[in-house]
Formats: sequence, C-alpha cells, structure tokens
Amino acid sequence: MSVLALENVGKSFGPVTVLHGIDIALEPGEVHALIGENGAGKSTIMKLLGGFLDPTSGQVLLDGRPVRFASGPEAEAQGIVVIHQEFNLARDLTVAANVFLGREPGGWRLDHAAMRQATAALLKRLDSPISPDALVGDLSVPDRQMVEIAKALSRNARVLIMDEPSAVLTHREVGALYAQIEGLRAEGVAVLYCSHRLDEVAHLADRITVLRDGRVVRRALRGELTQDGMATAMVGRELQDFYPPKGRPGDEIALEVRGLSVPGRVHDVSLSLRRGEVLGLAGLVGSGRTELAEGIAGLRPASGEIRIDGRPVGIRSAGDGFANGLAYLTEDRKEAGLLLEKPLRENLTLAALERFGRWRIDRPAEEAALDRATQDFDIRAPRRDMVAGKLSGGNQQKLLLAKTMLTDPRILIIDEPTRGIDVGTKSQIYAFIRQLAGQGLSVMVISSEMPEVIGLADRVLVMREGRLAGELQGAALTEDNIVRLAMGVSEAA
Amino acid sequence: MRKIDFHTLGPLIALIALVVLGASLNSAFLAPANITNVLARSAFIGMIAVGMTFVITAGGLDLSVGSMAAFLAGITIIAMNVLVPNLGTHWGTILIGMGVAVLGGLAAGYLNGALVTKARIEPFIVTLGTMGIFRSLVTWLADGGTLSLDYALRTLYRPVYYGGIGWITWPIICFALVALLGEWMMRHSRFGRHVEAIGSNDRVARYSAIDVNRVRLLTYVLLGLLVGLAVVLYVPRLGSASGSTGVLWELEAIAAVIIGGTALKGGRGRVWGTVMGVLILSLIDNILNLANLVSPYLNGAIQGVIIVLAVVLQREKHAAGER
Repeated sequence: MSVLALENVGKSFGPVTVLHGIDIALEPGEVHALIGENGAGKSTIMKLLGGFLDPTSGQVLLDGRPVRFASGPEAEAQGIVVIHQEFNLARDLTVAANVFLGREPGGWRLDHAAMRQATAALLKRLDSPISPDALVGDLSVPDRQMVEIAKALSRNARVLIMDEPSAVLTHREVGALYAQIEGLRAEGVAVLYCSHRLDEVAHLADRITVLRDGRVVRRALRGELTQDGMATAMVGRELQDFYPPKGRPGDEIALEVRGLSVPGRVHDVSLSLRRGEVLGLAGLVGSGRTELAEGIAGLRPASGEIRIDGRPVGIRSAGDGFANGLAYLTEDRKEAGLLLEKPLRENLTLAALERFGRWRIDRPAEEAALDRATQDFDIRAPRRDMVAGKLSGGNQQKLLLAKTMLTDPRILIIDEPTRGIDVGTKSQIYAFIRQLAGQGLSVMVISSEMPEVIGLADRVLVMREGRLAGELQGAALTEDNIVRLAMGVSEAA
Repeated sequence: MRKIDFHTLGPLIALIALVVLGASLNSAFLAPANITNVLARSAFIGMIAVGMTFVITAGGLDLSVGSMAAFLAGITIIAMNVLVPNLGTHWGTILIGMGVAVLGGLAAGYLNGALVTKARIEPFIVTLGTMGIFRSLVTWLADGGTLSLDYALRTLYRPVYYGGIGWITWPIICFALVALLGEWMMRHSRFGRHVEAIGSNDRVARYSAIDVNRVRLLTYVLLGLLVGLAVVLYVPRLGSASGSTGVLWELEAIAAVIIGGTALKGGRGRVWGTVMGVLILSLIDNILNLANLVSPYLNGAIQGVIIVLAVVLQREKHAAGER
C-alpha cells in the first residue's frame, strides 16, 4: 500500500486552477520522479504532499487514510520531510545546530556533544567531509545542500520529497546523493524526486510521472521512457532542433585574456574569444569558472591583461565592462541578477539607465523598451506591472538576458544560462544565444550541463582547480573528454 | 476599482482625518496663524526627514541628525558672533553663517557616509558614534550652557524664520521645495532609482554597474546638506543653541519616514509619505495642545501608537499581496 498519495486532487488559487484531478501514489522503497516544465504544477504537488497547502478538491491519503495536515511541521512529525530548493538553514549557526534546529536533544541545557556526534555520523553516512562545528554561512552552496539532506535524514523520514536536490551539487557530490537515495530506497523510504536533469531521472527513478499544465500526461516505470521521450511528454511536442545549428565564427579576436589570476581562485588563465563565436567554459562546480568570468568583468579583484579588439583595457567594475562593450550575466539571478521586489520595467533598464534620459528618466521610453524586450525575448508576464520575483524561472532568465542586452555588449559572458529552467525555455535561450552570435557578438557560455556546452559551443575550454585544463573542439568535443579534463584524468584529449 | 492601497493612501487618509478632528475640536485650529505655526515647526524635521528617506531607502540609517543640527547651530552662532566685530551687523555676516551651516552639514554627512562606505562600518554604529560626538561637541562649545547669537544680529536674522510671502513663511516655502525636489528625485531621477535598487539588493545593483558606495555616500551627504538647511532656518527662531537643541529629532525624522510607508529595511522610498508622516506627527502635537481632551504629556504615547499602527497596516497589505 502506498504510504502517501494524492487522490483526484485539484488545487485552485482564487480563480486560477493549477492542478486538475491529480493521482499520484508514493510507494515505500521506491524513487518516484516528478517531472514537468516550470509552471506545470510540480511545486504545488510537493507543497500538498508536504502539508504546506490543502487541496481544493480530492484528498491526501496517508497510509490509505485521508489526512489534513495543519502545517509542514505536522507533516514532518508524521515522517514526511521536504527538502526545498531554497535552503532552510540559519547561516550563523553551526551545522550541528542546524541539523537539530527545533528538536534539540537535552532538557534545558543543550546537549552539544550528542548533537555533534549524531551530526558527524549523518555526514559520514553521506560521505561528506563537512565538520559539524562549521558555520553554515561559511560553507559552499553544495555543502549547504548536503547539510539539508543530513537534516532530512535526521528526521527519520518515511517520505522524502526533494526539489531539484542536485542543481547545485558537484559531480562527486551527485554521486554521493545517488548512493544516499539508493540507500534510503533500500531502507523502505518513499522518495519523490523533482529534477530538470532528465539523465538523473532516467538513472534514479523507479516510476516517473510527467506533468503538463497541471495534469498528469504520462506515467511510466523504469526503462519505459527515454530522456527524449520524457522531454517530449513534458513539452507536448517533438523537440527537434533542441540545439540550434552551429555558426561560423569570424577570425578577428574580440577578447583576449592573458595571465588572468583571481587571488586564491584562478591562476594564470589565458584565452581568446573570436567575433561571432560561442565559447563554452566547462569544469566542475568550484573549478573557478565563475570567478574567472567575474574577474574578467571587473566584479572581483584580478590581475592580468585584458584586450578588447586588440586594445588593452582596464576593467575594475561592471560599469567599466559595459563601457568597453563587455557584459557578464550572472549565474545567481535571484541574488545578483534581478531585483525581485521591483517591477519588470525597473529591472530591465537598471543597468542602462543613463540611456533613458540625462536628468529625468524617460518613462515612456522605458515602457517602449519593455515592449520590445518582451517581444524580442518572448517574456511571458501575466501582468505588465508585476514584480520580477513573481515571474517563472525561465521568464526571469529571459528578463535578465534582455536587461543585459540593453547595455549593448559586443562580448557577452553568460554563466549557467539555463539553471532551473524548463526544457521549452532552454531551447529558446539556446536559440537566442546562437542568434546573438550570428549578429556578430562574441559569447562565452559557462555551464555545468555537459550536453549544453557540447550542443551550443563552437569550442570548449575546460577548467580544473582554477587553471585551464584544456581545449576541445570538433570531433574531440565529447562528454567523455570534458569529464577527463575536468577531473584531471588525462592531460590531453 | 481595486482595494485601497494603504501604502500610498494610508498616510493621506490619516492626515485628512486629523485635520477634520482638529477642526471639529477647536475652531482656532484652522486659523491661518495656527496652520502657519504647525507647518513652520514641521519644516525642520520635515527637511531632515526627506533626507532620511533617501538614507533609509538605500538601506542605511542616520541617528546623528539631531546632534548634528545642534552642533551646526552651535558653530553657526559662534562663527557669526566672531564676525560681528569685524563685519558688523550685516546680511553678509548672516550669509557667511548660513554658509557655515550648509558646508558643515555637507562635511558632517560626508563623515557619516565615508565611515559607512569606506571604513565599512554598520550605519547604526557609525551614526550612534557621531551622534555622541556632535552632542558632546556642542555641549563643550557652549560650556554646558547656551550659545546665544549677538542680539542685534538676531533681530536682523529673525525674518528668515518669521517672515515670508504673506502667511506662508520661509521655512514652509523651503520645506515645500525640498519635498517637491525630493519626490522628483526619488521618482524620476537616476539617483532615486539607484537608491531604491541598492536598498532592494546591493549585489544586484553592483552587478548592474551602479557605483554602490558612491550612491550610498551621496545619501548621507544629501541628508547632511538638508540638516544644514534646517539649521539655517532654525537659528533665527530662538537665536541660540545648547546641549539640548535638536534632542530626539533623529527619532522623529525616522518615525515620519516609517509612517510614510518607506520600508526600514530599504528598497522602497516614499517622499510624499514622509511629508505626510511629518505633518501627522506635528498635527497630533498641535491638536493635543489646542483641545483639552487628552493631556499634552501623552503626546509621545499617541505618536508611538501611530507609528506601530502604521507599520502593522502596511504589513497586512503586504501580506495580502503575497497570497
């Protein structure tokens, strides 16, 4: 019998119905993958299962009996644990204190030793080197994810609901995560796994449910659906031309970097980028890709020489970069890219405000720019005056791209262009990037998704531990070769 | 028609309600003399609060403005008294005094801003420190007593506070200009947009090529300038300054900003709201003095309730918008 299930569940927010007649059952000892484009209803289903929302119609069944959780913590008391995409950690507390937050052992006095010991054991089970005494604020993002997982494990979960758990993990850590999920499955835990990475789904899931527009459109068992099949089911159409055809870069060198170092992160990197070229930058998370890009764009102190169109330039701030026609599009669109509480218009023009009037900001011109941007980049906003934070991830990314393009760059560095974005929007963004390159822009794409780098880039540089490990193009541009370079298995491709 | 937007309309509704209440309690309330009095007395806090709106919107805070005003008033009076024997009782002397107040304000604001942006110290700590320093300096300059402006000069200077165009006195005119200009800057200038962006998320601002430190520094300099301007208008009112000048002005200014709907955590600035907030606070004071309903000693308590209430009303609107 299924441990937790939704039976004919519908959910409406005001006049908007987001789920229609959903049936989904989580079986003990089974990994159930839930996939769908952004806005398909995945997070609503997770919230319903996790006790954060009540269904409008239908019911939630726990061990076959209808239940109504008053809150997330009440569901957690029943062994239903949700790991959210956004972390729920107190930055200024230690790892151990976070793992036991709200359920500290001991009476009036905190039992530090017991918390530390239990946390150490959990982290060891996860094969993670994190110290229980480390402050969460000092940890890297993947390490924080590991702490979240340890925290969930400490709850003795019967049902574990994971929202994009691997989005921020490195290759090795994803391996540890898989091992852990397989271990939990063997212990009889029911796992609901939401991910945009279809290769993970194919690898992990015993059962797959595909959502589209708030309805279940496909159910499959392990092996019944190929990754292509999943993507097709999610989008509802064939995904031909997922990657646009590659272009023909020019010969002139637009950007040349010589001996660039960012203290402690990047060591002596030299590279060149040609006009109209899409250059991929691959490597593990933490290999210094973002730091290299931020060093070039003036967002981090860096030493070395940068030439644009053969002219040496000094770039010490994002403004210097824009003035020289170089723009960096951040990987962290929520914290460094967009003002989530501000309307679309103010976000769009923020980096290029001086183009909208010398003293008085020309609002009609801003509105016109927003019209153009929504059209050019197909930004789908339910309301024109809404705040950026209410857009879906894909539309946020398009808005960020539009905002960056408003600075008129000739060299564009895009960091993780499709992180947390659904399949349909991904292919749109690939097309935009290729189109920009076709117009003569030079684009550098940093990505952790290898199919993306391979499908999109004309040439790929691989970084390892802050240095360039190698360059790949043509027939040598394979996942296998990238991994070898990124992991340092072989020096030459 | 949508629901009433408490963010923008709330302070205005409260203000109208207070005017109606005041008029119904005492017929003297709407007399031109009383209105002039209320507005002129609001002008000092008002101009400072407009500057404070920018500082808070950019994610900062300035606790030093009250002490800064006292200190600036002190050095302005000293400067003019020193110049009287040489230059005589003359408008030139007064103009130099005004220059001292304004330049001193710019310098004091720059000091606060530089400590926040260059030395990277929390604004609360920086301005708590300078608050003590300015307060102590003026007390020391006055030797624990009162600094008084030369009597003849005071007579010459008086019209700057009491004079004006008809019943609209100069402080009211200055306050109105500052408010209009402030509102325009917040809504329509690049500076205002950058201030809001920085308060909303300074990392996004930096990645968007905004010179975060420069803009932050400028908000403190602007506030210092407005404190200097307020002092220019304040000195002719009493012609003196002491260790107790401008006490709690910083909190009144911050309260007015908050009542007006500006978020204390930054990112959303409402200059009009601040003007409403200032007027609401002075009207309460005025009504309590005119009507024998409640003891004027309870003024602070009522203002406190208004502040808390304003924030609660705004938050409920906010929470409703989230859903």
